[in-house]
Amino acid sequence: MRQGPWAAAARRLSRNRPALAGAAVLLVLAVLCLLGPSLLGLDAMVTSPQLRNRPPSSEHWFGTDAIGRDLFARVLVGGQASLAVGVVATLVSVVVGVSFGMVAGFYGGKLDEVMMRFVDFMYGLPYMFLVILIMLLFSETARGQMLPVFVALGLVQWLTMARIVRGQVLSLRHREFVLAAELLGASDFRILARHLLPNITGVVIVYATLMVPQVIILESFLSFLGLGVALSWGQLVSDGVAVVNPVRSYWWLLVWPGTFLGLTLLSLNFLGDGLRDALDPKSRE
Amino acid sequence: MGPKEVVALMFGLSLLVGSVFLPARPTRWVSALCVFAAAFVGFRIVLAPLSAGVIAGGLALAAFLYLPALAQRRVVFLVPAMVVLIFATTLLMYAAPGNPFANERVATPTVEAALRAKYGVPKSATDFFFVYMGRLIREGTLGPSVKVLGRSVEDLLLPAFPVSVSLGLFAVLLSVGIGASLGIIAGLKKNSAADYASMGLALIGVSFPNFLIGAGLMVVFSIWLGVLPVAGWGGYRHLVMPAIALALPSAAVIARLARSGVVEVMQQDYIRAARAKGLPESWVVVRHALRGALTPVVSYLGPAAATTMTGSFVVEVLFGVPGMGQWFVKGAVNRDYSVVLGTAIVYFGMIIVFNLLVDLAYVWLDPRLRTQKASDA
Repeated sequence: MRQGPWAAAARRLSRNRPALAGAAVLLVLAVLCLLGPSLLGLDAMVTSPQLRNRPPSSEHWFGTDAIGRDLFARVLVGGQASLAVGVVATLVSVVVGVSFGMVAGFYGGKLDEVMMRFVDFMYGLPYMFLVILIMLLFSETARGQMLPVFVALGLVQWLTMARIVRGQVLSLRHREFVLAAELLGASDFRILARHLLPNITGVVIVYATLMVPQVIILESFLSFLGLGVALSWGQLVSDGVAVVNPVRSYWWLLVWPGTFLGLTLLSLNFLGDGLRDALDPKSRE
Repeated sequence: MGPKEVVALMFGLSLLVGSVFLPARPTRWVSALCVFAAAFVGFRIVLAPLSAGVIAGGLALAAFLYLPALAQRRVVFLVPAMVVLIFATTLLMYAAPGNPFANERVATPTVEAALRAKYGVPKSATDFFFVYMGRLIREGTLGPSVKVLGRSVEDLLLPAFPVSVSLGLFAVLLSVGIGASLGIIAGLKKNSAADYASMGLALIGVSFPNFLIGAGLMVVFSIWLGVLPVAGWGGYRHLVMPAIALALPSAAVIARLARSGVVEVMQQDYIRAARAKGLPESWVVVRHALRGALTPVVSYLGPAAATTMTGSFVVEVLFGVPGMGQWFVKGAVNRDYSVVLGTAIVYFGMIIVFNLLVDLAYVWLDPRLRTQKASDA
């Protein structure tokens, strides 16, 4: 039986247990975070001065924080922000990285050399440095909101994508179907968009999936330094880390957000690895 | 950011691009010049001009005579890139809302002008760049800090520099040690315990932010077991946990690279030939396989250094390590321009030095690069 490449990939993916488990966990977490707060009537902002730093109970499943806010609600709402940052910043970097890589790989020669030299240079910079400087371009009122984080993380994360896409385009560039399209008089843009782009979609999906966890980790760094989104998993974990002390244990403040964050990132990595095996079989040993 | 600044930035970038096309012979000269300039400015901060000049001259001569073509190219690109980076950082800082004097109690224009003159922070980004660079070259100082009164940027960074360097270096060594040994064993014995350990390490390294790993280490080793100090800086015992937290993410990548490198190399014909000669397996691995298998690891070390530095911003705060990361973050948030530029220069200088060491290691591993002309490096 003949199968299209996508069907074959889907079949390979469906046999990969860790990847499927990752996808299932992600689905559950995403639904929980997006619908949970409104369905369960939870509020992440309501404070209650008499319920400060309470351990988990039947009323507050995950306990409460230093000013008596329900941690379960905060973990779910924080999850919305972390997932949104992960997805949107990844989309930004996919757009930048794919266009950059395609142009470099397609035109090749000196242009390619110059563009890739630039990528190498950016690779060598401590990217946190750039992220912080870009974040500062936004005014104080934008501090704690998502837009600066989308932009700053999107603009530093595209390098790997550009390298991979360029390599792919370079190897497809001189294949017969591209030559045929050129001889039929197709414009460069048409060749890039209609002939090359569909052929690299699989690889782009794989590396975009693997980029989401990196972006979420970077956001958590920003939160730790007080520059991230006001309520995200990174922020909650930082709050939990801040109260680690030898005298009294507020373990729930660190364990719950840490578990949600770690579980999400593990699932994304499992799913990404599974997608790589399914869509890019050559990358396997 | 006005049109003039954009033109200047474009000019700088095109000079950098031009360095790609520089032929082999001038590259040798320009690289020696770049080494001299960078070393002179760097040593000038801590030494007298004459001794700085002598050291820089010696280094430049050594670079001219002995530096491999690959590394010469690197120098010719990275040293001018540092100047462009300083300029671009200046533009970004000036484009950001606010300025170092915005938080001062209502200052009259005369007072503000006097403050700007005192600290050498003119109103335009380009002027600031020239004031800053001129001061750096003529007086060998990174300038006064606007926010930490009475201190120059060197006063802030010099005590922090050895701290960050020792932490960073130890972390890089640790990540190579852990990552490469796990990856090599995993690649030689697929599906063994080491293989699963390296996969587990890789997953943990990419799935948990380093400050969460650090907090976990803190809870286990400091609070429960009480064997390591919670935070601070002093003896080697303070180095252990921050270095592990910093090393794990790169160790994860290195383990993967080493594993796939070993798997690939072990299938090569020359390995079969070595075995056919009757060499013992351990000799085949150590003498023949590792050299080729570790090249991808070595080429990752440059980015790994950058990753480690990025992580150190966070890890230093978590463990209360008095390193340079805190100054960059504080400087950026407070708009303390010379502190930001000072940390940027030091970090980027470290990156240049580290990349050169990596290049030298690369040439040592891959003998083909020794005879290569600079033109096709």
